[in-house]
Amino acid sequence: MPDLLEVKNIETYYDLVYAIRGASFAVKEGSITAILGNNGVGKSTILKTIMGQIEDQPDKGIIEFEGVPIHHKDTDEIVRKGIAYVPEGREVFEELTVHEHLLMGAYTRKDPSGIKQDIEQVFQYFPVLKNRTNQWAGTLSGGEQQMLAIGRALMLRPTLLILDEPSLGLSPILVKEIFSIIQEINSKGTTILLVEQNANMALSISSTGLILENGRFVMKGKSKDLLEDKDVKEFYLGIKSETSAKGYQRWKRKKAWR
Amino acid sequence: MIDLIQMIVNGIAVGSSYALMGLAMVIIYKTSEVPNFAQGEMALISSFFAMMLLTSFNISVYPAFFLTFVFAVLLGVFLEFAILRRAKEPNVLGMIVITIGIEMVLLGFVSWKFGAEQKTMPFPIGPYDSFIIGDIFISKLEVLTLVAALLLMSVLYLFFKYSKLGLAMKATQQNSVAAQIVGIRTNRILMMTWGISSLVGAVAGLLISPTIMHPFMMWDPMLKGFAAAVMGGMTSLPGVVIAAYMLGIIENLFGGYVSIEFKTVVAFAIIVLVLCIKPSGLFARHYVKKV
Repeated sequence: MPDLLEVKNIETYYDLVYAIRGASFAVKEGSITAILGNNGVGKSTILKTIMGQIEDQPDKGIIEFEGVPIHHKDTDEIVRKGIAYVPEGREVFEELTVHEHLLMGAYTRKDPSGIKQDIEQVFQYFPVLKNRTNQWAGTLSGGEQQMLAIGRALMLRPTLLILDEPSLGLSPILVKEIFSIIQEINSKGTTILLVEQNANMALSISSTGLILENGRFVMKGKSKDLLEDKDVKEFYLGIKSETSAKGYQRWKRKKAWR
Repeated sequence: MIDLIQMIVNGIAVGSSYALMGLAMVIIYKTSEVPNFAQGEMALISSFFAMMLLTSFNISVYPAFFLTFVFAVLLGVFLEFAILRRAKEPNVLGMIVITIGIEMVLLGFVSWKFGAEQKTMPFPIGPYDSFIIGDIFISKLEVLTLVAALLLMSVLYLFFKYSKLGLAMKATQQNSVAAQIVGIRTNRILMMTWGISSLVGAVAGLLISPTIMHPFMMWDPMLKGFAAAVMGGMTSLPGVVIAAYMLGIIENLFGGYVSIEFKTVVAFAIIVLVLCIKPSGLFARHYVKKV
């Protein structure tokens, strides 16, 4: 499989913060790639950089989509190339109805029959939304808003779907549901790039996992290998190792120090 | 009785020009949340442009008006593109101050170019042509203004409600980040709203110009239009029109029965009242953010 998205050595300043310090990775066509990391290591910043949401960034480095450079382009131009983005914290239009959201999701498309079909498809993924067709998005619950944001992104018929913490603030059952839908979307041919804190969930559905610390990738591998990895288990999956008699020396194993 | 009806009719008539100005302001507010204080002067310069075409270039009326509308749209687009878009890290307060600056520049320009004295606009309908129904007088110009206001309101209402572009404009106002993410060119949308708004303002300016035509002619309609927009809730198109008519009628009745000197002040007293009782405006349906 060829690489759909390729990020080479990007460095990003977020205001005065040197947030991404030379990160490279590639997303294979048809895969689910997960980027994991703790709070404030730059996961969302990477996505924002890809989407052209941060002005004049990346400072250095190249981002290529289907072999064409897309860095330093406007967001709407990047979207038109077929990358859909579900931002962190949902970002819905509070006073537009669910139906209007889906129409807006298809803003760049010009095939009415295809749009209608895709609206049905979204309702099939998220039946809850169908009951709320004419309700303002601001009145939906958090989970419904997340579903709406994903649905809106799907209306673009994207080649690559980028999700920023889809599990944020959702109940465990809902998280499971959303992740199974993400898997279903992927099985129909959409490549997915996922940023998550919920490492267990993300690694269980993804094929490749990347671990980010302080603006650099420190680990990379097949998700099932990462799930078995001793360090990942301890630092990201919350499975404790036993303390030794000498005392526990965490710093020796912490990724950033290697 | 006749007096009362006559006053109400006059109220509706002035209300129409307030409604047009209010509509123009609401369109810009709807997409950018900036009350555009240069609205009146944008209409002013368009009306003087029309006068210039008619008197100095001897272009006949309808082509001249058409050119004026084109000019108005280009003016709005230009101001957004050249001035407002250049603002670094814009916030609403800064934008408001910029619009006030634009207002002063345009006002100064018109006074310098055309002089501050009263002009006459060669309009096809004179200010004194009237219909007489029973004992009630209505000037033809007032009827035309009324029709224009209602027509523009309906067209704009349908546009915002049902067209894809109108929907994109609403989306841009509510969440510009999300709008960019679905592929809306938010800059272009803003530019378009300035164009449309400037056009609506120019219609108001042209309809006012036969009665008064000097650099301060738009001052009163603009402020009253703004008052109506605030009363109507700033985002609702039918709201601003209804509020404008209410203002016009109340103002006239007050002038007739209470005090003619304080007639123009009434509008602002009403705003204060409305803002005290229902701060979101009389007709706004607003989603209140859950925190």
